[in-house]
Amino acid sequence: MYALGLVSVFFFLCGPAWGQSVSSDELLKNSGRYEGKRVTYEGEVIGDIMRRGRYAWLNVRDQARAIGIWAEVSLLTQIAFTGHYKSRGDIISVTGIFHNSCLEHGGDLDIHAQTIRILSRGKEIPEVVSPKKKKLSLMLLGAIILLWTLTHLLHK
Amino acid sequence: MIIRPRGEDIKIIGYYLGKIILGLAFIMVVPIGVSLIFGETNPLFDFLIAFEISLAFGIILTWICKTEKDLSWMQGMIVVSLSWIVATLLGALPFYLSGHWQSYLDACFDAMSGFATTGLALVQDLDHLSYAHNFWRHLIMFVGGQGIVIVALSFLVKGFSGAFKMYMGEARDERIMPNVIHSSRFIWLVSIVYLLLGTVVLGLTGMMLGMKPLNAFFHGACIFMAAFDTGGFAPQSQNILYYHSFAFEIITIIIMVLGALNFKLHYHLWMGNRKEVLRNIETKALFFSVVVTFSVVAVGLLQAGVYPGAMTLLRKGFYQLISGHTGTGFQTVYAMQFKNDWSQLSTVGLICAMGLGGAVCSTTGAIKMLRVGIVWKALLEDVKRIILPERAVVVQKFHHVKEVFLEDKQVRSALLVTLIYLGLYCFGALVGMFLGYPFLDSLFESTSAAANVGLSCGITNSAMPGVLKVTYMLQMWAGRLEFMSIFTLIGFFVALCKGK
Repeated sequence: MYALGLVSVFFFLCGPAWGQSVSSDELLKNSGRYEGKRVTYEGEVIGDIMRRGRYAWLNVRDQARAIGIWAEVSLLTQIAFTGHYKSRGDIISVTGIFHNSCLEHGGDLDIHAQTIRILSRGKEIPEVVSPKKKKLSLMLLGAIILLWTLTHLLHK
Repeated sequence: MIIRPRGEDIKIIGYYLGKIILGLAFIMVVPIGVSLIFGETNPLFDFLIAFEISLAFGIILTWICKTEKDLSWMQGMIVVSLSWIVATLLGALPFYLSGHWQSYLDACFDAMSGFATTGLALVQDLDHLSYAHNFWRHLIMFVGGQGIVIVALSFLVKGFSGAFKMYMGEARDERIMPNVIHSSRFIWLVSIVYLLLGTVVLGLTGMMLGMKPLNAFFHGACIFMAAFDTGGFAPQSQNILYYHSFAFEIITIIIMVLGALNFKLHYHLWMGNRKEVLRNIETKALFFSVVVTFSVVAVGLLQAGVYPGAMTLLRKGFYQLISGHTGTGFQTVYAMQFKNDWSQLSTVGLICAMGLGGAVCSTTGAIKMLRVGIVWKALLEDVKRIILPERAVVVQKFHHVKEVFLEDKQVRSALLVTLIYLGLYCFGALVGMFLGYPFLDSLFESTSAAANVGLSCGITNSAMPGVLKVTYMLQMWAGRLEFMSIFTLIGFFVALCKGK
């Protein structure tokens, strides 16, 4: 029982290194603790996936900020959507080695991915045009035409 | 006795302010074009609304205040200081309408930060911002860096005398060409030529780094505008860290340094006089200052033991140092890393670099190298006077385009502005500390705002108190205009209330 309790405490303390995800806040606040360790990080893929030979950079954003993920291109074939103005990116779970200042990548904070899992699929977001904005812009246009006409007439 | 401003003064100020507002309205046509190109309908209406409101204000003001008279010094200074406030209020409209800023105050904060080429940002979910709004963020840096008034001077103002007064009011002490309107147009010519070249270079680099062509060139244009105008906004939330590229860092360093050089120096470079770069007091002072402040930063980083290997220390430390010293504010480290990983010594080195800045008549802020050089020369002169025999005649000179004899008037002016900047840095730091932030963090953020740098150690976020947002906005405004036009505005309102 005592041994079981010790093992439970051990797993609890090492939680994030054994499958529970960590946030970017947690990684930055306790970077020394996670340096060189395997972590799991979750978030939305944003921007471009930038291929650099056999590997690629992707940036994955959680609630607070985006972190650079360095991954083999073969791990990225399943990613269908990346986040832009008109789309939400795939939400993925990345497990890999965390570096607070990566020697290979000029001191960048990054995660070298070992596995990537899609948690939920992104999608295109159709634009819903605000009728209030349409109305306001038309009203203002009318006001400007009136103003311009008035200034010209009075000037004459 | 304080003399109250006359109705005539207000009319003249209103007329020229109206002209500048019209100029601003026409600049908004550019993001309208961007929204059409990228098929972004809501942003199109955001910018149409802002354009129409600005146009309406401009037409009303120029119509009501119609005048043929030219500006006096006082009127010119007031037009300049007011135009920056008005540009902030109108420039914030499309931001606020986008829904990516939590309040109109936050939108105004980013608008002021953009026009003042600072780079501190309160935008929410930047990675999902439209191309049009993102382009506007960077375009206002391009316009603000050159000078809002210079836009008007180049195209809308006919009278030379008033034009010169506004030019000086926007912290452009130097005449590049004999005619101030020609000087303004030269500044635009240099900027646009560099913009085209810089966009191509950054765009091609982006493509080689794996970005899609359209995004590569869009980012290229935005990053160039932010780098050359030493502003520091970037299209993505990770700033320059997004690109994970040494090549990108090198190119942006070159552009940042170009932006931090005096436009007069650019003129001489364009005319083939390359020796001026080596002889000029500002480039010498900048070189010396970078060496000293980087040494402090490097020792601090070594003490902290954050970066393994000389190359990583150089890349991170030097990049942040150059970014801070040129007043750009590009970051390749997260704000929290300044707090958690950088030692106090390296942070102090960076604060000193931010506080010193680049050249006068450049796009940068802070005390500036000409003043640093003048104060240094004055110190040397005083030391010589003490060391040399009493009968010796001590004359100090420096090279700034031509040989200039150091005069007490120049030293007094340099010292006065330096003291005001130092006071401004301290003021913002005190406000931060009153609100409970630690001393070094408060000083870092305050210096960053007042020197129009934009590096952040984490204080600047949408949750920070409104008082601090307003404080930083005032600091950005004051730092960009270098005080004279702002003091004139304050004096004007005092005279309006108390004058007879």
